[in-house]
Amino acid sequence: MVMLWENIKLAFTSLLANKMRALLTMLGIIIGIASVIAIMTVGDSLINYISEEMNSMGANNIMVSVQPRTDEDNMFNNMMAGAMMMDPISEQDKITPEMLEKLGEQYSDEIKAITIYDDPSSGQVTQDKKYANVYVTGINIGYFVSTEVDMIAGSIFSQRDLEEGRPVTIVSSIVVENIFDGDMDKALGSTIEVSVDGRYAEYTIIGVYDYVVQDMSAMMQSRQDITTNMYIPYRTSINQTHNDNFTNFYVVANNGVDSDLLAKKIERFFEGYYRNNEDYQVGAFNMQTMVEMVGSMVGMVTTAISIVAAIALLVGGIGVMNIMLVSITERTREIGTRKALGATNGSIRIQFIVEAIIICLMGGAIGILLGILGGEAAANLLGYPATPSISGIITSLVFSMIIGVFFGYYPANKAAKMNPIDALRYE
Amino acid sequence: MSETIIKLDNIIKKFYVGKPNELEILHGISLEVKKGEFVSIVGPSGSGKSTLMNLIGVLDRPTSGTYVLDGIDISKAQDKELSNIRNKKIGFVFQTYNLISRTNAIKNVELPMLYAGIPKDERIAKAKELLELVEMGDRAKHLPEELSGGQKQRVAIARAMANDPAILLADEPTGALDSKTGRLVMDLFHKLNKEKGITVVLITHSNELASETGRIITIKDGNILSESKGGKK
Repeated sequence: MVMLWENIKLAFTSLLANKMRALLTMLGIIIGIASVIAIMTVGDSLINYISEEMNSMGANNIMVSVQPRTDEDNMFNNMMAGAMMMDPISEQDKITPEMLEKLGEQYSDEIKAITIYDDPSSGQVTQDKKYANVYVTGINIGYFVSTEVDMIAGSIFSQRDLEEGRPVTIVSSIVVENIFDGDMDKALGSTIEVSVDGRYAEYTIIGVYDYVVQDMSAMMQSRQDITTNMYIPYRTSINQTHNDNFTNFYVVANNGVDSDLLAKKIERFFEGYYRNNEDYQVGAFNMQTMVEMVGSMVGMVTTAISIVAAIALLVGGIGVMNIMLVSITERTREIGTRKALGATNGSIRIQFIVEAIIICLMGGAIGILLGILGGEAAANLLGYPATPSISGIITSLVFSMIIGVFFGYYPANKAAKMNPIDALRYE
Repeated sequence: MSETIIKLDNIIKKFYVGKPNELEILHGISLEVKKGEFVSIVGPSGSGKSTLMNLIGVLDRPTSGTYVLDGIDISKAQDKELSNIRNKKIGFVFQTYNLISRTNAIKNVELPMLYAGIPKDERIAKAKELLELVEMGDRAKHLPEELSGGQKQRVAIARAMANDPAILLADEPTGALDSKTGRLVMDLFHKLNKEKGITVVLITHSNELASETGRIITIKDGNILSESKGGKK
């Protein structure tokens, strides 16, 4: 124990004697560990973010979408194929409002709500030289069931607003800030003009929801430029685009309903309509399953990149071994002297192994630090909160120690086995 | 008669044993050194005195013959025991001092005690005492590179004394020093020998230095050529 502490102190003095060399040797380990940690941090953060995002939509939510028909039973591939489809789905292949109505009736016990929304189109609200950026999104009443919308003024859409497709809207607190200087009373009931793709439309504000800045990309923007969702009734949106049918929607299952089973039932329900459609079918996935799927995907990618980073670590380890070999050659006389003074082979071996471990652990610690910083920077850049990977940090520390022992052993053993007479005579 | 510290009996040392270039360096040396003696071993280079020194210093084992150091038979000891014997029984003083660079004087003196597993406080106290003995007490915190040759050799002698060894084995201790500082180092050996009763074995090629020791053993071609009484000082 005493010996070990002395060896640690000794290792530090020898490293300090050759600062530049020690640093360069560590660099290999630093880069290796830093990249592993950074990648794991990005991966873990991404998984956490996706899970939270999807869970916030509710684990009971089922996503239903029209997909190209394939024989494969791989949900993920089907989903990807759907997302990357080149040709837009023609109107007759889409899901019609009648189908939805029927679905709702048939499974009224199990379905709490059906959420439909169209793809948000970005636009700008302008009034008296003031402006606010928005995504105009048509939604139905089910949206408020599946998604958390924190209303702070006014109310959500009434049944009649939705059915008649009235020109009403629910805007974010940001819009009120930018257009009405934060005056809620003035905002409610006011009519605003929105331009989308060069077309202008007017909506009356009936409600305001609280917008919370979540991701880094929004944080870096001024509040003036943040783009927020601006909700309008789904029918209002249809009246402008004349697209009655859907390619996707969400189903919120009632509590206690097995959403996996319900997803299967929904697929079977739509198979009734799509049986004779050669190109398309309807798929339904439970959110939980999707979270797991995306998680395992990201995990696989992370592991693959980590293996590449581990190779960098291996190269770093070889660098440590190389420098240790140089170091013992330089210190041959010292080794001879130590042996003459009574050092056993074991104590010489330990001395150099400890030195190698110290190099690796210091490199590892610096690498972890840089990796966390790098990973957080990358995660923030991608716009989701960073979660440092604890398991990655522990693994890295243990791993760098193992590298120290592994690549330090051969040089240390070489030193230990030196013949003291030759070592003392070494010039 | 005082007790025997070193007893070499018909020591033969061969190198490359069993190979075509087998080489016999020592041809059967018998030698005895008593406790408290100051002995010098002299001989020209190539005489085998370095080989003999390595054997006496337990850095090497004889091919045949027996060597008993302070009552321990070296011929049969394992590597680990040899380390232990070097640590406890022998104090090496080298021509080139061989202080560990990067570590200060007192740490160098502590080193043999560290390998002996002596607790820190005891180590430091003993090291201070020894540095005082060689009049280097005020340089305890100096690094070897900050010391002159004579000062380094004095620190090295203090280090050699650390575990109260049975013998001080000095290999050309003044070889790298000018005559004045060499004198001071030799005086220190005399002082340690007389006042502390330490057995000193001095290996040198200088007849002048040898002549001031108690007994002079001359080696030539792997045999003891002559033994004479010195003591000119």
